[in-house]
Amino acid sequence: MALESVDIQSKLQETFGDNVKYFRTEYDMFVLEADEDVVYNVIKFLKEEPALNFSFLTDLCGVHYPDSEENEQFCVVYHLHNWYENKRIRVKTFLNGTKPEVKSITSLFNCANWMERETFDFYGIIFNGHPNLVRILNMDEMTSFPMRKEFPMEDSGRTDKDDRFFGRTINNSTI
Amino acid sequence: MGTVALPADHRYYKYIEERHNEDGSELAILNLGPTHPATHGIFQNILLMDGERILDAEPTIGYIHRAFEKIAENRPFYQITPLTDRMNYCSSPINNMAWWLTLEKLLDIEIPKRAQYLRVIVMELARITDHLICNSILGVDTGAYTGFLYVFQFREKVYEIYEEICGARLTTNMGRIGGFERDWSPKAFELLDTFLKDFPVAWKEFEDLFTRNRIFIDRTVNVGAITPEMAMDYGFTGPNLRAAGVDYDVRVAQPYSSYEDFEFNIPVGKSGDTYDRFCVRNAEVWESLSIIRQALEKMPEGNAFHADVPDYYLPPKEDVYHNMEALIYHFKIVMGEIPVPVAEVYQPVEGGNGELGFYLITDGSRTPYRLHFRRPSFIYYQAYPEMIKGAMLSDAIVILSSLNVIAGELDA
Repeated sequence: MALESVDIQSKLQETFGDNVKYFRTEYDMFVLEADEDVVYNVIKFLKEEPALNFSFLTDLCGVHYPDSEENEQFCVVYHLHNWYENKRIRVKTFLNGTKPEVKSITSLFNCANWMERETFDFYGIIFNGHPNLVRILNMDEMTSFPMRKEFPMEDSGRTDKDDRFFGRTINNSTI
Repeated sequence: MGTVALPADHRYYKYIEERHNEDGSELAILNLGPTHPATHGIFQNILLMDGERILDAEPTIGYIHRAFEKIAENRPFYQITPLTDRMNYCSSPINNMAWWLTLEKLLDIEIPKRAQYLRVIVMELARITDHLICNSILGVDTGAYTGFLYVFQFREKVYEIYEEICGARLTTNMGRIGGFERDWSPKAFELLDTFLKDFPVAWKEFEDLFTRNRIFIDRTVNVGAITPEMAMDYGFTGPNLRAAGVDYDVRVAQPYSSYEDFEFNIPVGKSGDTYDRFCVRNAEVWESLSIIRQALEKMPEGNAFHADVPDYYLPPKEDVYHNMEALIYHFKIVMGEIPVPVAEVYQPVEGGNGELGFYLITDGSRTPYRLHFRRPSFIYYQAYPEMIKGAMLSDAIVILSSLNVIAGELDA
């Protein structure tokens, strides 16, 4: 019997109640959002519950939303994969803009180690309980977090690549 | 290699002291890399050695980090392929196609069967060159230089095919949204036929040189073995995972670009050691050749090489001069003004080293809001210290080359 998205949803809601929400399917991926204080348990549950068995962590990365509300300025995205049922799932959790912290999942997946270090390196997201949370790709002396949106990419005097010249803002809404 | 000055609070000093107090012997710290001819790329490992045995390793990466994810956030969608080229530069076309497949999934574009088959052919050629380099370099590291030089000329032949298709050789920047930039010339197919005729002979000889070679077997069997559980835990994918006995292949699990039309086997190993990785790659080359032959056989008639998507695909240049509509499309595409939905999409493909994934978040503007590359080398290279513990220094080199860690992909 194939693993259906509705079953995953009902199992998660049974266990975590309102802490998991916004279940949806985007393209071919089943997506859900989990609160930052339960996300470790949600992933542990997805991994260890025999009926779910999401035993492979495909990817982990951060996203920065500086224009969102204070409590939703950072996002950590986990991609999990159940190889037996060939089902993928995306778990997102939103973090506070000034104090982005979330529990590390290195104890569940060894491969999360460097992925979390990379996310810390580029976004400054703190993974509590990580065994060695130091910079990985950038040099150790760096003080800023370069993938944050406020970090300038190139000469800010350049206007030829500015969205305003195309009659819209980043959010593609009215000016 | 040389001695390193480590800070006094380094975790290695504890072991050195303990051992010294125990029996008076001395452990050594050895710096392997960052640039060492035997590591085939920029990898630094600080090794804790007991004689010639490795007790612990600490890898440092990031020497050629180029901030591709940040650059991608500031570029129109079609200018991102040149970045993907430079990740796994041994199989650039796979990366290019992965990017176009991501965009086509996002924009819901169905591309013609013929273009899909052409993509399959070029991706399998890329896989062959990738495995060819990995295996022949492994030969070099175990002391057999001949095989390397012998098969390397066939990489050149593949590059001539690339050149005929897109004009470039190593960093190909091949393809466009919806297909290819131009149809393949008859010469490309000719070169492909010659390659399909000559290469299997050479590859068979290469295999014969190694698979039952006593020296090679002694150097590789039971070296750097990994269990399937551990491989999964460390995020292994691709040939390295299959060598451990797990038959996960994205081409079968989530077929893209019409891979479901072809019959091929997924070679798996048993013990996950260096020898198995070598054999899995060898076998995959034969499967790739078979896929290419099937694709050529089943190739639909006609000359469709791109989808009819004027919003995304540049019109022919002659039309731009004479046709108003074409001029408008041309202008919009070149200025990066293509309609893009607000969405999130993840597209995995089977790269040379494993599951290469592109996670794209768009906000409807001209550039990606966030583009994350799931780079297989980056993820499985963290198992390297675990794999070389207890091995000899010369084994560490062999394990590194059998994992096929590509510095460009590692650092992105």
